[in-house]
Amino acid sequence: MNPLLKSIISPDFGFAILRVMTPILYPAIGVAISALAGSINIALEGIMLVSAFTGVMVSAFTGNLFLALIMGILAGVGLSALLGYFHLKLRANIILAAIALNMFASGMTIFLLYIFAHDKGTSSSLKSLVFPSYQIPVIKDIPILGRIISGHNILTYFALVSVIIFYYIIYKTPLGLRIRAVGQNPDAAESVGVDVNKIKMYSLLLSGVFGALGGLYLSMGYVSWFSRDMTAGRGFIAIAASALGGNLPLGTFLGSLLFGIVNALAIYLASLEIPSEFIQMIPYITTIIALTIYSIQAMAKAKRRKKISEESTT
Amino acid sequence: MGVILSVENIVKIYPNGVIANRGVSVEVEENTIHAIVGENGAGKTTLMKVIFGIEKPQEGKIYYKGKEIHIRNPLDAIKIGIGMVHQHLMLAPDLTVSENLVLGSEPLKGKFFLDTQKAIEITKEVSKNYGLDVPAEKKIKDLPIGIKQRVEILKALFRNAELLILDEPTSVLTPQETEVLFKTLKELKKHGKTIIFISHKLKEVKEIADKVTVMRDGKVVATKDAKDLTEHDIAYLMVGREISFERIPPPKRIGEPLLTVRNLSYVNEESVEVLKNISFEVRAGEILGIAGVEGNGQTELVEILTGLREATTGEVLIKGENILGLSPRKIREKKVSHIPEDRMKNGVADKATLEENFIVDRYYKSPFSKGAKLDWKYIQDYSNKLIKDFNVLASSPKATVSSLSGGNIQKVVVARELSSNPMVLIADQPTRGIDVGSEELVHNLLMKARDEGSAVFLVSADLDEVLKLSTRIVVIYNGEIVARFNEVDGLTGKDLGPYMLGIKREE
Amino acid sequence: MEKFVLKYFNLIRTIIAIAIGIIISIFVIYVISKNPGFSLKSFLLGPFLSKSRFGNLIETASPIIFCGLAISIPFQAEQFNIGAEGALFIGAAIGTAFAVSTNMPMIIHIPLVLLVAGLVGAFWGFIPGILKAKWNASELVASLMLNYVAYFLGLYIINYHFRDKAAGYLVSYQLPKTAWLSQFVPGTRIHWGIVIAFIFAILVYFFLYHTTLGYEIRMTGFNIHFSRYGGINVFKVIIISQVIGGFIAGIAGMTEVMGIHRRFNWQMSPGYGWDGVVVAIIGRNHPISIIFASLFLAYLRVGGQVLNLLSDIPSEMVTVIEAIIILLITAEAFLEQWRYRITIKEAERKEVEHEPAS
Repeated sequence: MNPLLKSIISPDFGFAILRVMTPILYPAIGVAISALAGSINIALEGIMLVSAFTGVMVSAFTGNLFLALIMGILAGVGLSALLGYFHLKLRANIILAAIALNMFASGMTIFLLYIFAHDKGTSSSLKSLVFPSYQIPVIKDIPILGRIISGHNILTYFALVSVIIFYYIIYKTPLGLRIRAVGQNPDAAESVGVDVNKIKMYSLLLSGVFGALGGLYLSMGYVSWFSRDMTAGRGFIAIAASALGGNLPLGTFLGSLLFGIVNALAIYLASLEIPSEFIQMIPYITTIIALTIYSIQAMAKAKRRKKISEESTT
Repeated sequence: MGVILSVENIVKIYPNGVIANRGVSVEVEENTIHAIVGENGAGKTTLMKVIFGIEKPQEGKIYYKGKEIHIRNPLDAIKIGIGMVHQHLMLAPDLTVSENLVLGSEPLKGKFFLDTQKAIEITKEVSKNYGLDVPAEKKIKDLPIGIKQRVEILKALFRNAELLILDEPTSVLTPQETEVLFKTLKELKKHGKTIIFISHKLKEVKEIADKVTVMRDGKVVATKDAKDLTEHDIAYLMVGREISFERIPPPKRIGEPLLTVRNLSYVNEESVEVLKNISFEVRAGEILGIAGVEGNGQTELVEILTGLREATTGEVLIKGENILGLSPRKIREKKVSHIPEDRMKNGVADKATLEENFIVDRYYKSPFSKGAKLDWKYIQDYSNKLIKDFNVLASSPKATVSSLSGGNIQKVVVARELSSNPMVLIADQPTRGIDVGSEELVHNLLMKARDEGSAVFLVSADLDEVLKLSTRIVVIYNGEIVARFNEVDGLTGKDLGPYMLGIKREE
Repeated sequence: MEKFVLKYFNLIRTIIAIAIGIIISIFVIYVISKNPGFSLKSFLLGPFLSKSRFGNLIETASPIIFCGLAISIPFQAEQFNIGAEGALFIGAAIGTAFAVSTNMPMIIHIPLVLLVAGLVGAFWGFIPGILKAKWNASELVASLMLNYVAYFLGLYIINYHFRDKAAGYLVSYQLPKTAWLSQFVPGTRIHWGIVIAFIFAILVYFFLYHTTLGYEIRMTGFNIHFSRYGGINVFKVIIISQVIGGFIAGIAGMTEVMGIHRRFNWQMSPGYGWDGVVVAIIGRNHPISIIFASLFLAYLRVGGQVLNLLSDIPSEMVTVIEAIIILLITAEAFLEQWRYRITIKEAERKEVEHEPAS
């Protein structure tokens, strides 16, 4: 069998997919939650960066993993709060403000990296911690599935759990209901006394939490250091992943999975002569196609309603 | 039964200076259906907004069940027991009926979780209590509008509304759905609720109301038992007034029909028949006025005539040529001008300059541009001329439109639309919201256009205006032409009113 | 005094935002640097202190001006197309491929290469344009995705078909000398690209404010209902504004390749497209303001580089300051209270003026 094919069908590839998917799934959930409330957060790139950086720094200087986790999440939530403040209170355009915050995060993390680690490239001179990985007791012995599922970082497992948490928040809590209502028709929410701006702020803060976890995974799981701009556009890929999935839990998961597969594939293919670039293009092209199909459908639905009513009058 | 709601001397002045309520006092008795009627601009919607906390009055008091109340926002109103069903329904389309119902007061399972099952139960319960059937688990976007409205009513009832305000509820319903709604309202009355019902459809008012309050020009004209008033009485109270204007001189010469509408029908996206088989023609040298309360299809009619909306069936001919399906530009090139109903939305770009606003329909023609290059010198001179001729109060042609007052903005629109010497001029609410002086000017300009041979199609909810300017009048009600008057001399609001309000129709 | 403030309020707000940014940077320098006075001087005056530094300022500004112009055109039509980054990358890649594979006299070669790059960029702007016009698909998402597609496609083309294996790293063949934009100020790398950028700025100004199409674009941006009502073909405007933006972005990338590197050597996306968004915002989509905003941004960048080189403060501080300035500018309500108070005062003053003496 073709050696490439063999390595792709191997369980190690499955393992790689889950690993690569984690830092895409977290921000994708973040984008999705904010999009459902009608104020899409495209600053996940920056949020992940500040969290990745904060986690590394705190763990290096305090040796306390838990503290690093908390501070990392707070950093991410803090940046979201800034976005919320500028957009909701100061009426800044949410896209432009997010672009500015992404810039801010990139610059600030490198700046502080230099101040604290005396290196503009990576923090590897500092001894930062990582989140542990686990072999799951019984599962790890199952023939193929075991090698795919067992042995992941705890944050990877939590990412999968996060999809379920996302589902629960959106569909099973009052906050989730209000988020969806605000995103669909803010007037409807106001008419029953729901504070639209408050709900939007909550959705942004929630997206900050998930983005932060993604960032923490990058610098304390995927690798064990912080390097400049290490998010490498994952915050933007997350936008595509959640858009592909209609901003809903299952769709966001599948969208992230697609990107995970493609990115993992690209890593494998890089060792061969096949241009990985073509593979890497696929998710983006797919998103454009999905976006187009969705828009065509939306238009057709409106026309169809009109046509039916026309037919009923003749 | 006592008085549940009493408003005393409500005065509401909007920031733009319009006095919407000039000392309105009304008493609503408990457990009645109380209709508030009046023309557009009479102040009824404003009054409701004040009661529901959406607007704050400058003066006046509100008493609920005998106690004075201060309502700062809708939430306060809801807490007291006042519920409102708006004309444009406030529902989240992708959520279910029960989700929309409990929004904001969600039943909980434990401390954090939504009890969806309970929400459905609550919905079914409320629904059963009041005899209002709704599919609790269906999404709003999949429901017809009559059911959607029912959900809105249930929303209010769920929050223990004892006083329900419905703002023009039948304007979005089919006749069958209207009947169902009325049955509902009668049921609610049996349950001890009080209902305030805003409408201008007098037949309906007579059918359902116990008491009627007629408003005109921001004041209450009368509050009487419905049984003591005939529809004609109500109509007279609504529109009858001293004739305070003089008709413009009759047209000099009437020519051939320039605008012909034949069997025009339009069904909208909610399957409501907005226009039913409309036919009329407007001849050169005359003003055809279409009288009617807003919301009877005029907006859609004008949009179809100007290429901004697609008709369902029928023909619209400009000098014999069918223009349905043509773009707005092509229609304008057939020498059709349009003074739009919503000047801020369509008539101007308020952040642009006067010059830029003046040329939107002709910038691509010489001498405004030569090829692709705009001739700003010419445009400036031209704009100055328009400013002068039409008496626009502006500091310079390069001022932005947003710096102008409402009346002057309308003058900008009128200046542009008239200066192209149109063959057909469609004037939709041309003097809405402008001062008396500007109104006079616009009327004179319309007359001038008429006398220069244009066919002027005047759409107006202002009866005085229609009676003053029109050569002939048609009345539109519920999407149909219900009356035609070829002689306007001597007509008064009393004659037109019944047709406008659906009481009478020609056969 | 109030009248003056109201008339130029936006400009004043922008200046105040910039001033705040500068003040913050001064503060940071004082806190962090061991030699604040020297650091401050390096930062604020560095770009002017030597010919080559000043040259850096100009060369840095060149692609930023282009991209600012590129972004401003769809922005003027209220189209949120941020695809300049992708358009410049793929335009430069295919332009390089063309330049390297063809041979003609410079007088034809240069314009032709630029044209090819521009047309590729135009196509890149066309796709989100037509998706929006026809199906109302988000041009923001589409253009963002296309940035990535452009990146991968461009890399593929260069790395697999035009790679100069003789060179050490992943770069393309060197451009033939007939396709070079010469550097005409000795001691610097200032090349004709900046001249082209200025020319484009003037052309864009002329286009937006003196042609019929430019008028259509601006009116559509002001009020799309008004434009439709007035007869403007809004469908066409949505597409063309993004096509033109893409065209200019394509040229932006190519001028950098032709003027500075003389080969395609980007393995990462250079980021000028994002800079373009920044200066378009600061310059409020007006071409002349964009020139100033770009020069200012370039000044900050070069200042940051000098700061980085000569002192102990990383250049990334500049990025942070830029971000703060943009946040302040894009916050409509920034200083709104002040404007409101002045408006009331002005209105009251006007009342008093018009009262008859009695």
